[in-house]
Amino acid sequence: MADKMATRQAYGKKLIELGEKYENLVVMDADLSKSTMTAEFSKTYPERFFNMGIAEQNLYGSAAGLALAGKIVCASTFAMFASGRAFEIIRNSIGYTGANVKICATHAGITVGEDGASHQTFEDIALMRTIPGMTVINPSDGVSAGKLLEQAVAMEGPCYVRLGRAAVPVCYDENSDVTLGKGNCLREGKDVSIIATGIMVNEALIAAEELKKDGIEARVIDIHTIKPIDEEIIIKAAKETGKIVTAEEHSIIGGLGSAVAEVVVKHEPVKMAFVGQKDVFGESGKPDELKKKYGMTAADIASAVKSL
Amino acid sequence: MDYTQLEKTAANIRTGIVKAIHNAGSGHPGGSLSAADVVTALYFKEMNIDPENPKMENRDKFILSKGHAGPVQYAALAERGYFPKENILQLRKLGSKFQGHPNMHKVPGIEMSTGSLAQGLSVAGGMAMANKLDKNPGRIYVLLGDGEIQEGLIWEAAMSAAHYKLDNLVGILDWNGLQIDGKNEDVMTVAPVDEKFRAFGWNVVVIDGHDFGQIFDAFDQARSCKGKPTMIIAKTCKGKGVSFMEGEAGWHGKAPNEEQTQQAIEELGGTW
Repeated sequence: MADKMATRQAYGKKLIELGEKYENLVVMDADLSKSTMTAEFSKTYPERFFNMGIAEQNLYGSAAGLALAGKIVCASTFAMFASGRAFEIIRNSIGYTGANVKICATHAGITVGEDGASHQTFEDIALMRTIPGMTVINPSDGVSAGKLLEQAVAMEGPCYVRLGRAAVPVCYDENSDVTLGKGNCLREGKDVSIIATGIMVNEALIAAEELKKDGIEARVIDIHTIKPIDEEIIIKAAKETGKIVTAEEHSIIGGLGSAVAEVVVKHEPVKMAFVGQKDVFGESGKPDELKKKYGMTAADIASAVKSL
Repeated sequence: MDYTQLEKTAANIRTGIVKAIHNAGSGHPGGSLSAADVVTALYFKEMNIDPENPKMENRDKFILSKGHAGPVQYAALAERGYFPKENILQLRKLGSKFQGHPNMHKVPGIEMSTGSLAQGLSVAGGMAMANKLDKNPGRIYVLLGDGEIQEGLIWEAAMSAAHYKLDNLVGILDWNGLQIDGKNEDVMTVAPVDEKFRAFGWNVVVIDGHDFGQIFDAFDQARSCKGKPTMIIAKTCKGKGVSFMEGEAGWHGKAPNEEQTQQAIEELGGTW
C-alpha cells in the first residue's frame, strides 16, 4: 500500500510494452507528450508517433482516420480538452463510426491542482458515457491502469480512459484480477457500500478503516469501468448492505453516482449519498488542499456514510 | 478527350439526385448537383475502386466531408454498380440504409460517416497518414463545401496535412459561392480561398468544376506534386443542370415538388 504512482505514469510505461506487442498501434498527442507521458513512446517508436500540435479537434478527427484505416490509436491530451473541446468530433467521428480509438485523457479532476478551474475536468465521465458504444474506464491506481489499458487496446472499439496527474497509492498488486466491465470488491462489509472510482477508491478504503472504529462495516467496491457498468456487483451491494455512498473525483451530476443510481433505482432502490465535486468550479491549490476544500476525502466519505 | 459518356453519366447521377430528394420530401439538391461532375470524374475514371469488392486493399477512398450532399454520393455509387439504382429512392425513410447524411456501416462504398462539417477533412488526413505509414499507394479524396471551410477544424486539418506532407491527400473545394443563409461573402467571407490554402502549405489548383478536361488535369497535377497535399478549387454552380435551382441559395436544402421534379428531369435528360 505504500507505493505511489500516477495513473498517467503507468499509461506511459504500458504503451512501450503495447507498442512492441501491436505493430499497428500508433500514439498521438497534442503538444503535451511530456505531461501525458506519451513522450517515451515517441522516442521508442518515432515512426508510429504523431504530434498534432495544439489542435484537439484534429487530434481526434485524425485518430478516427488512422483507426478506420486499421490502426489501434491511443490519442492523448488533457481530459478537459479531449472530452470538452473535442466532444463532438469524438461523438461523430469516433463514436458513431465505432473507430478503434483509445482516448487516453490525463490530468482529470481536481488533483490537477495549481493549474486551476480551467484545467480541472469534472464533466468528462458524464459526457463520454452518453456516447453509444463508448467504453468508459477510470482506473484507481497505477497497477489497474496498466491492466485496464492492456484490455482496452485488445478490444475493438472506442474507449475513454481517464487518467490522473497526481501520484496515488497502489490498491492492487500484479496478481490482482482486474477485468474490464467487472467491479472489484476490495473490502467486505454488511452495513453500507462505498462504491468508488479513480483516486477515490483509496479514499474509500481509508474511510472504511475509520468507520470500523465506530462499529460500521463498510464494503468498498472499485468501479473502474463506468460503462458498461457492472450491474450485478451494484445490485448485490444494494441488497446486502441497504445503503450506498458513491465517491468520484468528478461532478456529482452525471458521473459514477448517477450511473450507480440508474442501476439501483431500477433493480433495488436504496438510500444513496454522493461524494464528488458539487455543482461548482474548482480553483488553484495543492491537490490535497483542494480535495479537502471541495469535499473529496476519506473524511467526506465517512460523513456521507453517517448521514444515511 | 471525348467526355460525352461521362457527361451522360453525370446527367444520370443528377437525375437520381433529384428523384431521390423529391421522393424523400427533404434533402439538399443545390450542393449535390454542383458537385456531380467532380464526383462522376472520381468514381468513373480517377479512382482505383471495385464495386464488386468495396473493401479492396490499396483502393482509393472518397470522403464526402460536406455530408449533406449525400445524394450525389449515393447516386454515383449506384450508377457505378455498388447497389441497384432504385434503392436510393429510400433516401431519408425510416429504416433505410440511405440516411440523410452518409453512414459507412449502412451503405457499401461509403468510407466515412459524415454530416458534421469539417470532420471529413480531418479523418481523411488520418487515413492519408495511415497509408503513408503502411506504404499503401491508395489515395484519399475529400470533397469540401465552401461554407464548410468556415469551420475552425478545417484549418487545423489543413495545417497538419501540410506538416505531414500528405501528397496522397486531395481536397476538392466545391466552390459554388452559396450557403444556407446566402452568399459566402454576406454570411462569412471565405475568399481568397486559393491564397489561404497556399499559405497553409498546400498545392492549389483552380478549375472550372463542370469541365471534365480541367478536372482530370487537376487530378494529374495533384498526383505529380510531391511533398504537399493538393486542394483543387472547383468553381461550380449551385443547382447545376436544373434551371430554376441554378445559383439559388434557396435550393440548398429543399425538395422539389412533383411539377418541379418533372421539369428538372426533362432538363437533365438523364435516366434513373
